[in-house]
Amino acid sequence: MPYFEFLETYSGRLLDGTLVTLGQFGLAVLVAVAAALVSGLLKMAHAKTLRALAVVYIELFRGTSLLVQLYWFYFVLPLFGFTMDKFTVGFLTVGLCYGAYGAELVRGAIQSVPRGQWEAALALNMSPSQRMRRIILPQALVAILPPWGNLMIEILKGTALVALISVADLMFEARQINNNTYLSAQVFGTALIIYYIFARFMVTPVMRWLERVMARKIGRA
Amino acid sequence: MLDWKLDFTWEILPRLAAAAGNTMLAAGGGYLVAVVLGLVFALAQRTPSRPLTFVVRELVEFIRSTPLLLQIFFIYYVGPQFGLRLSPWAAGLIAIGLHYAAYLSEVYRGGIENVPKGQWEAAKAINLSTAKTYRRIVIPQALPPALAGMGNYLVGIFKDTPMLSVIGVAELMHAANSIGAENFRYLEPYTIVGLIFLAISLPTAWLIRRFEIALRRKMGLTR
Amino acid sequence: MKHDMSQYPLKLEGDNVPMVRFQNVTKKYGDLTVLDGLNLDVSEGEMVTIIGPSGSGKTTVLRMLMTLETIDSGVIYVDGEPLTHMEKNGRLVRANAAHLRKIRSKIGMCFQHFNLFPHMTALGNCIEGPMQVLGMSREEAEARALELLEMVGMADKRDQHPSRLSGGQQQRVAIARALAMRPKVMLFDEVTSALDPEVISEVTGVIRSLVAQHSLTMLMVTHQIGFAREISDRICFFYSGQIEEQGAPNILLDSPRKERTQQFLSAVLEAN
Repeated sequence: MPYFEFLETYSGRLLDGTLVTLGQFGLAVLVAVAAALVSGLLKMAHAKTLRALAVVYIELFRGTSLLVQLYWFYFVLPLFGFTMDKFTVGFLTVGLCYGAYGAELVRGAIQSVPRGQWEAALALNMSPSQRMRRIILPQALVAILPPWGNLMIEILKGTALVALISVADLMFEARQINNNTYLSAQVFGTALIIYYIFARFMVTPVMRWLERVMARKIGRA
Repeated sequence: MLDWKLDFTWEILPRLAAAAGNTMLAAGGGYLVAVVLGLVFALAQRTPSRPLTFVVRELVEFIRSTPLLLQIFFIYYVGPQFGLRLSPWAAGLIAIGLHYAAYLSEVYRGGIENVPKGQWEAAKAINLSTAKTYRRIVIPQALPPALAGMGNYLVGIFKDTPMLSVIGVAELMHAANSIGAENFRYLEPYTIVGLIFLAISLPTAWLIRRFEIALRRKMGLTR
Repeated sequence: MKHDMSQYPLKLEGDNVPMVRFQNVTKKYGDLTVLDGLNLDVSEGEMVTIIGPSGSGKTTVLRMLMTLETIDSGVIYVDGEPLTHMEKNGRLVRANAAHLRKIRSKIGMCFQHFNLFPHMTALGNCIEGPMQVLGMSREEAEARALELLEMVGMADKRDQHPSRLSGGQQQRVAIARALAMRPKVMLFDEVTSALDPEVISEVTGVIRSLVAQHSLTMLMVTHQIGFAREISDRICFFYSGQIEEQGAPNILLDSPRKERTQQFLSAVLEAN
């Protein structure tokens, strides 16, 4: 079957899958940002128990494989009483997994803010939370964007694994079409190209744009 | 709720242990391919030939920006479509090797670029060939700082081996799936697999971190 | 190590209570003693300059007053009340965070490296403290900030980010920012040391006018001996964590009694 005909026939399904992938991606990013912020900040807390909590989360999710996590959350968690639909399991697990990596980036970015900024905020008698919210985090945000951009691509690639718990994303549709037609080069090739277009021509440019906007805000334009 | 069957655990442990061996093999094999191929990718991007540099660069970007799982499927299924049969192991090793070669090539390039320009000029001044310059002057200096990054990717490969289960490689995830389906019990196999991964990746990651700190301290003294 | 806190009053009372008092203050970093049983009084409205070789503890004095460093032994009083300690059941105990915040509001500080907030304009820097900490409304805070920026000569640059300002300009904004909090004590920690020589006078000019107009109590650490002579009420020469010698500028600088003071001053003169 010539490629053009292939596209005609199957583009609809592939597009449906792509939309699901985007949904998974967007939601996973939200989860990852929240998890990274919370655990990154907790890791720098004074209270030992808070730090321990963060460390346990980070090491657990960074030390195990995303696929293993997905299967565990989908098959084993219900035994503990938490049953979630597979779509939710998908983006939640991906988000938590990469959030653990993001925690390290959060910590690094916050520590990259010059000591003098902490001292100046203290000299103005700001409370610790005011200091963090208004002075440190805005500056940490600029530092975190470049490595966070890479993490975003990893999250996008990670969403492909949710197909293995039967979430009907791009990976899943591609595999289904392959099982039916064995037009492997066409379907997997097209899927690869779609992922590539998203990573290279959508996620990366947006992150670069964000970097420029933040740099301007901090006056470093 | 938590109804852990201990005797079931002992029953399946040997099978999981054997599968763990396969996991290590797959990770190790894939890593070897990646280490060598990554160097090729890195050096290819430094040739004077513009078209070659461009092609390799785009290829590396493409591989890094797309899911490994999809690449595994592609390599496993596309071959037969054109008459070339690849065993699951072969396809798996090639896919993982290619994928991580792309990552490692970036680590190598960073390491090579960090070698001061003066070293290249000194090598030229004593008329060393390009090959000898790389082999005897540049790479030995590029390697130590790159080793930490390389170590992290070893852990990464190890954690990515479960993806090979989908094309039938009999590693840990595959074994856990089979055990789970055969016995209708997923709690023990999946949890144990998770713990095995933790037991291997956490100490390895810790060792790499210590190595990185020691290395930075040593390099800090010499710089 | 339990210290006998009974020797330290719970409050300073009477006439002529000093605005700042260091009573028997010791500060150590590991084995290194940076301040060694320091006793220092600064009266209200007084302008005291601290000079001395590096490592003598001069900056530590300011940083401890700003609560950037903790105290090992002794007590620091500000405006009659203990800063580093607080009263609990009739005795002095180490201050908690809430107490530190309360007393800290009386102190303002300008740093060697300005430390302006890069993501805010000059005006933004000056209204941040008043709005967030003092609870002023934006109009109030801006009005006050503009007044202060006028005073330091930076009103026309109020919408500029620090990255667009020269060192001298940034330091002047930093001074306005500190003053906006209405402190009773102003600390200047080597505020001209990071500036190019040509712009030092911008900043010293501002400080000079501050001394003339306000009844602020000021402590300054500086290498600008000539400037110190001009505006200080008293100069303290620090050596090894203690005050080696102190007195009125002309007396200390022209006829120092101690040998170490003489050595330091002649070394500084040679360097200039």
